[in-house]
Amino acid sequence: MAMIEFKNVDKYYGKYHALTDINLQVQQGEVVVVIGPSGSGKSTLIRTINGLEEIESGQLIVNGMDLADKKADLNELRKNVGMVFQHFNLYANKTVIENIMLAPRLVLKRDEAENKKIALRLLDTVGLAEKADAYPKQLSGGQKQRVAIARSLAMKPKVLLFDEPTSALDPEMIDDVLNVMKSIAKQGDMTLVVVTHEMGFAREVADRVIFFDQGQVVEDDPAEEFFKQPKEERARQFLSKIITHK
Amino acid sequence: MITLFMNNWQTYLTGFWNTILCSVLALIFSLVIGSAFAIMEILPNKVLRIIAHIYIEIFRNIPLLVIAMFFYIVIPQYVMKMDGFTAGTIGLTLYTSSFIAETVRAGIQAVDSGQMEGARANGLTYWQAMRYIVLPQAYKLVIPPLGNQFINLVKNSSVLAFLAGFDLMYQGQSVASTTFQTFSAYIIVGIFYLIITLPLSYYMRYLEKKMV
Repeated sequence: MAMIEFKNVDKYYGKYHALTDINLQVQQGEVVVVIGPSGSGKSTLIRTINGLEEIESGQLIVNGMDLADKKADLNELRKNVGMVFQHFNLYANKTVIENIMLAPRLVLKRDEAENKKIALRLLDTVGLAEKADAYPKQLSGGQKQRVAIARSLAMKPKVLLFDEPTSALDPEMIDDVLNVMKSIAKQGDMTLVVVTHEMGFAREVADRVIFFDQGQVVEDDPAEEFFKQPKEERARQFLSKIITHK
Repeated sequence: MITLFMNNWQTYLTGFWNTILCSVLALIFSLVIGSAFAIMEILPNKVLRIIAHIYIEIFRNIPLLVIAMFFYIVIPQYVMKMDGFTAGTIGLTLYTSSFIAETVRAGIQAVDSGQMEGARANGLTYWQAMRYIVLPQAYKLVIPPLGNQFINLVKNSSVLAFLAGFDLMYQGQSVASTTFQTFSAYIIVGIFYLIITLPLSYYMRYLEKKMV
C-alpha cells in the first residue's frame, strides 16, 4: 500500500481552484521532489498531507488514514508525519533542546532521560550539539533549519515533509541544511516529500520528480528521466530557467 | 497632616487593607476570566466567539459605577444578599476582565501564526500548543498594557466608596467629613494609593525587562 495516495483531490480557496484533480502515489521510503513556479500550489499540496490544509473533494490517504474524513484524527496522523517549514517555526520561547524534546514528551510520553538522549544525539547529527541551550533567536537561519529538522526527526516520523526548507536562507547556509537532508534521504527508511528549487539536491537523492503548475501535476517522472529530458514543454522551460540561474 | 493621620490611622489602615484586598481579588479573577474570554474570542467555534464578544462589549462599554451599582442594588433584591465590598469587587472584576480579554487577545494574535502551525505539525494538540507555546509568548508581549490595566484596576477600586465598601476612598471621605480637614484627608488617601501603584508599576517594568 502507498504511504501517501491522492485520488481526484480538489481544493479551493473561495473560488480559486488551488488543487485540481490530483492523483498521486508516494511509496514508503520514496524521496519525491516537487518543483514548479511560485504560486503553483506546491505548498498547498504538501500542506494537505499533514492536514494543515483541508481538501474539498477526493480522497487523500496518508499512512492508512483518510484525510477527507472530517473525523480523521490529525493529532494521531502528525505523530507519523513531520514537517519542516520555510520559516522554521521554532518555538521562540524554548531553548533548542526544549524545542526538540517538547513534542516527544507531551505527545509520545517518552521517558525524560531517553528523550534527552535522543535529542542530544539528533543535535549532534545536525552539527549543533553546542547550541543545545541557545534560544532560536541566537541562531542563524541555517542553524534554525537544522534544529527544525532535528525537532521533526525526534518524533521518529514515517513521513517527513519539507516545504521550501532552504528558500529563506542565505546562500552560504544552504549546503549545511541540504547535507542533513541528503543524509536522511540516503538512510532510505523515511518517506520524504520535498518542495524545493534545489535541483542539485533533486538530482542527487530524488527517486521521483513532480512538476507542478497551476494546481496540477504536469509531470511525474523518475528523477533520472526528468533531468534527461522532461516530456512537457512547461517543465522544460521551467527547468532551463532555474538551471541557467545557477 | 501628620496629626490628622495619627488621629485617624486606624480608619486609613482599614481602608488601605480593603483596597488591597479588593484589588488583589479583582486582579486574580479578572486575569483568569479575561484570559478565558480572550481564548474564546480566537477559537474556531463561532458560537463561543460571539458569546465572548457580547460579554466583552457589555462590560467594556458600561461605566464601572453602573456595573457596581447593579451588583449592589439589583442583585441583593432578586438573587442574594451582598455587601458593598463584595458587590464592588465583583463589578470591578467583570469590568476589568473585559479590558484584559481584549489585551490578551491582541497578544495572542500578535504571536506569529507559524508558532501554532509549527506546534501542530509537530504533533501537539491545539490546547498543548496554546499552553506551552502561544500563551507564554502572548503574555510576554502584553506585559506593558497589562501593567496599565492593573494600575487602573487599583485606582478604579475607589468605586467601592460609592457602595459603602470601606476602601481607602470611603475612609478618606469619612475622615474629611468628621474632621473638616478636607485637603489633608485626601492627600493622605492619594499617598496610600501611590504606595500600592508605584511598586506595582515598577514591578511590571522589571518583569518586562526580565522577560526580554
